[in-house]
Amino acid sequence: MVDVVIIGGGVVGCMIARELSRYQLKTVLLEKEDDVASGTSKANSAIVHAGYDPKPGTLKAKLNVRGNPLFDKICSELDVPFKRIGSLVVSLTEEEDRVLEELLERGKKNGVPGLKIINREELLKMEPNVNKKARAALYAPTAGIICPYELTIALAENACQNGVEIKLNSKVVGIKVVNNGELAVMTPTETIHTRYVINAAGLYADEISKMAGAEEYRITPRKGEYLLFDKRFGNIVNRIIFPTPSKISKGILVCPTVDGNFFIGPNSNDVTEKDDVAVTPEGIEEIIKGAQKLVPELPLNHVITSFAGLRAVSDTDDFIIGASKKVRGFINVGGIQSPGLSAAPAIAEMVLEILKEEGLSLKEKRDYNPERPRVYKFRQMNNEERRELIRKNPAYGRVICRCETVTEGEIIDAIRRPVGARSLDAVKRRTRAGMGRCQGGFCSPRVIEILSRELGISPLEITKCGCGSEILKGRTKEFIETGGVVDAK
Amino acid sequence: MQNRELVIIGGGPAGLSAAVEARRLGIEDVLVIDRESEPGGILKQCIHTGFGLHIFKEELTGPEYAERFIRKAEALGVEIMLDTMVIELTSDRRIVAVNGREGLVEIQAKAIILAMGCRERTRGAIKIPGFRPAGIFTAGTAQRFVNIEGYMPGCEIVILGSGDIGLIMARRLTLEGAKVRCVVEIMPYSNGLTRNIVQCLEDYSIPLLLKHTVVNIHGKKRVEGVTIAEVDDEMKPIMETAQFIPCDTLLLSVGLIPENELSRMAGIEIDDVTGGPVVNQRLETSVPGIFACGNVLHVHDLVDFVTQEAMEAARGVASYLADGGKKYDHIPVTAGEGLRYVLPQRINVEAMTGEKQNFFMRCARPMARARLYVESERGVIESRLLSHVKPSEMISIKLGRDELKGVKMLKFILQEEGDKIECND
Ligand SMILES: Cc1cc2nc3c(=O)[nH]c(=O)nc-3n(C[C@H](O)[C@H](O)[C@H](O)COP(=O)(O)OP(=O)(O)OC[C@H]3O[C@@H](n4cnc5c(N)ncnc54)[C@H](O)[C@@H]3O)c2cc1C
Ligand SMILES: Cc1cc2nc3c(=O)[nH]c(=O)nc-3n(C[C@H](O)[C@H](O)[C@H](O)COP(=O)(O)OP(=O)(O)OC[C@H]3O[C@@H](n4cnc5c(N)ncnc54)[C@H](O)[C@@H]3O)c2cc1C
Repeated sequence: MVDVVIIGGGVVGCMIARELSRYQLKTVLLEKEDDVASGTSKANSAIVHAGYDPKPGTLKAKLNVRGNPLFDKICSELDVPFKRIGSLVVSLTEEEDRVLEELLERGKKNGVPGLKIINREELLKMEPNVNKKARAALYAPTAGIICPYELTIALAENACQNGVEIKLNSKVVGIKVVNNGELAVMTPTETIHTRYVINAAGLYADEISKMAGAEEYRITPRKGEYLLFDKRFGNIVNRIIFPTPSKISKGILVCPTVDGNFFIGPNSNDVTEKDDVAVTPEGIEEIIKGAQKLVPELPLNHVITSFAGLRAVSDTDDFIIGASKKVRGFINVGGIQSPGLSAAPAIAEMVLEILKEEGLSLKEKRDYNPERPRVYKFRQMNNEERRELIRKNPAYGRVICRCETVTEGEIIDAIRRPVGARSLDAVKRRTRAGMGRCQGGFCSPRVIEILSRELGISPLEITKCGCGSEILKGRTKEFIETGGVVDAK
Repeated sequence: MQNRELVIIGGGPAGLSAAVEARRLGIEDVLVIDRESEPGGILKQCIHTGFGLHIFKEELTGPEYAERFIRKAEALGVEIMLDTMVIELTSDRRIVAVNGREGLVEIQAKAIILAMGCRERTRGAIKIPGFRPAGIFTAGTAQRFVNIEGYMPGCEIVILGSGDIGLIMARRLTLEGAKVRCVVEIMPYSNGLTRNIVQCLEDYSIPLLLKHTVVNIHGKKRVEGVTIAEVDDEMKPIMETAQFIPCDTLLLSVGLIPENELSRMAGIEIDDVTGGPVVNQRLETSVPGIFACGNVLHVHDLVDFVTQEAMEAARGVASYLADGGKKYDHIPVTAGEGLRYVLPQRINVEAMTGEKQNFFMRCARPMARARLYVESERGVIESRLLSHVKPSEMISIKLGRDELKGVKMLKFILQEEGDKIECND
């Protein structure tokens, strides 16, 4: 019997897992995909919002404003880059000027520090590439950018280091109340008995809640599409540039990434399937048009990739966080749409409070280590450090991904760490190998080779992102004999 | 810090040919750096024949062609440093390279030749919508998997783009037992060599759909099919013509981009049209003492031209080392109507390394018969009749020192002659 089962390895589930790993508890995290950060936490705007946008009084507002200042410490402990670059909401019309005033008021009510409205001249001085027709902007100095999957993976690694068991490829298919105070969580391969279940299943939180017989709510997926641009143009803007928000979203923005690229997006369209992350031609057109309103000269010939993420929109329009009144020990953390990433540290704190109220006793561990072992990133090191590192381990002298200058040492490390990479995408999220301008054209054969060597499996078993996404179909020559039908196994 | 006379970055056909020529011209100290564990560049994976027809009057495979230059380079005492990636280049010709043996290697060179080749354009670059499952490869990556690693990327294949690598791979995958459903090309003509269309598609009855593109990719984990559609004259898909083609693999052969990250780092001026450095008559870039040749300069379709160009770059280095980097004025060379670009982009006639200057150019569209005019400020100074010009096949002409003497500018123009004909020959 374990103390807590967390369902879902997104940023929310992993943040909670790390928080729980401070205490003398047996905690298990179950994730259906072959890696953490495989859902919404891997495809979003990657912004730690200042908190002026959510309606005062909502959980969104409270937890966003509480979560934002916690990022500095978490990121320094976990060796995850976080840049507090500030954001600007740009107004293009008189009417939008009034929206800026409203946002400023709302921000003050929410307790956001440092907000101010700046005039056109100040704006254009800060951001020379912004539309010359801009009239004013709301400046929020506390907004920041982060890499959301890097954060999620780091949280999972650190939680694992501190004793949380992270089980991948473990889809929860059933939850039963065994007796008062004991729940059984079922995956296709096992049943885990636990005192508490935390439902952090993102888009599927409604189904999990229903499965357990807890409160019913509905989550609908709302798609946001993006285009990502080459690093050469990464400094087109220095801060996060928003339009004035609409009722349903913060609008299509132009935003730098921590890795030095920039993206445009997202749009906001309801879809029916919870795994419909296809990018559409209309969507691409929509975000280009939207972004051009803010930054008219976009280097459209230097897009390196497109992607889409799905917001988990709840029918209450706020986060749904709380202990079930129907099923003892079951705690919902659902409907975590934007600003869920920004709020995640505060969500984890809140969940801990709830667990305490529900009777879980939290005794601190003596050997808890909040720091994750350093991740060497060759591209960010100076030549002195590089020389030293290669001397210690020659694998750091072999460059595998030429666009992002990722070395074999980094890839091996990504595979051998706790919650190690098992697929091409997992290596990519941990090291950036394949994320550059050639999108893995050059390095994917080499990464497959390293994965297969490290894991002791055939290259035919290496996947892009878990079972069913095998990359190669068979050996040449064998292929002809069997008429092209070769089983990957 | 090592001091070297000539460092060549990239050991493909361009780098190797330049190295061999440089030694022949008496340059003592020639170092070639390549990040792969064997020299030969992209040729290592091009196991089909068709290399060397011009230079050796023989049909060699890629590895055979490379082998000849590797042997010569070794015989002539060229030093080849493998498994070593150049990661920094400065305008005062300092290089930082990295490998597992020595760690960081720092070099001060008197002259440098850039021969880094090119990379393939990706799906993102052409913004194909849909899911992002396994089973989407650039043609060159698929070629590496099949020819070097010995693995098949798929069973049922659609190829987008009719560049040469795509065509070669259509045949290769068919021979290996896969089913190539079709090759889809957005332009009204193919971007590949005519001989490749015949020998790789027609001989195997693989349909080539011109004026078509892929408008959607299906499948969440692995490609399950693509939707293709015809495009109108503005290259916008006509959705009424959309059809689903089941397949497990999509290969992209949608163009190559010269690999100029290092050039940019050194502040070298890049031509927006070629994607490579702006060079003068001796293939010297805007940074004195740094030269460029091969696919890093502009994308080539024939390796023989790469070799020729590389030899010119070596001659350029020899003249640079001889004149001690003297400054010259240049006259501009531009591409007019009918042409996408002309190389070199500027020349100094007095400082030409030979009696004749080679000009490389690509036409803007296919023409059955066309006349190439060379204009100076005095008017047309030369014209040539060409037949069957295609954007995929480079045009190369030589002009003599006498013809060029005293001109202040050069402009090349290509005009179609006679009736237009259908271009999908
Ligand atoms: C377009 C877009 C832009 C956004 N921009 C921002 C932003 O800039 N700033 C910000 O703060 N927030 C932003 N957000 C919101 C933020 O991304 C989310 O709030 C956050 O990622 C939610 O994390 P999560 O852990 O709840 O969900 P997820 O990351 O989706 O994690 C849930 C996990 O549960 C797993 N799972 C589901 N069902 C099961 C099961 N049965 N068994 C086991 N595992 C299961 C899933 O595989 C998934 O990994 C944005 C969202 C979108 C879509
Ligand atoms: C698939 C394919 C089929 C072809 N078919 C034919 C044909 O049938 N007949 C024909 O005549 N021509 C053919 N060609 C064209 C011709 O072979 C190429 O244009 C030619 O190989 C280009 O030579 P290169 O030396 O410029 O580039 P490459 O061959 O690409 O060599 C560049 C080298 O530089 C190295 N390098 C790059 N950056 C660095 C760095 N930073 N540090 C260290 N090393 C670096 C690379 O690893 C590589 O080895 C074909 C080309 C391709 C791609």
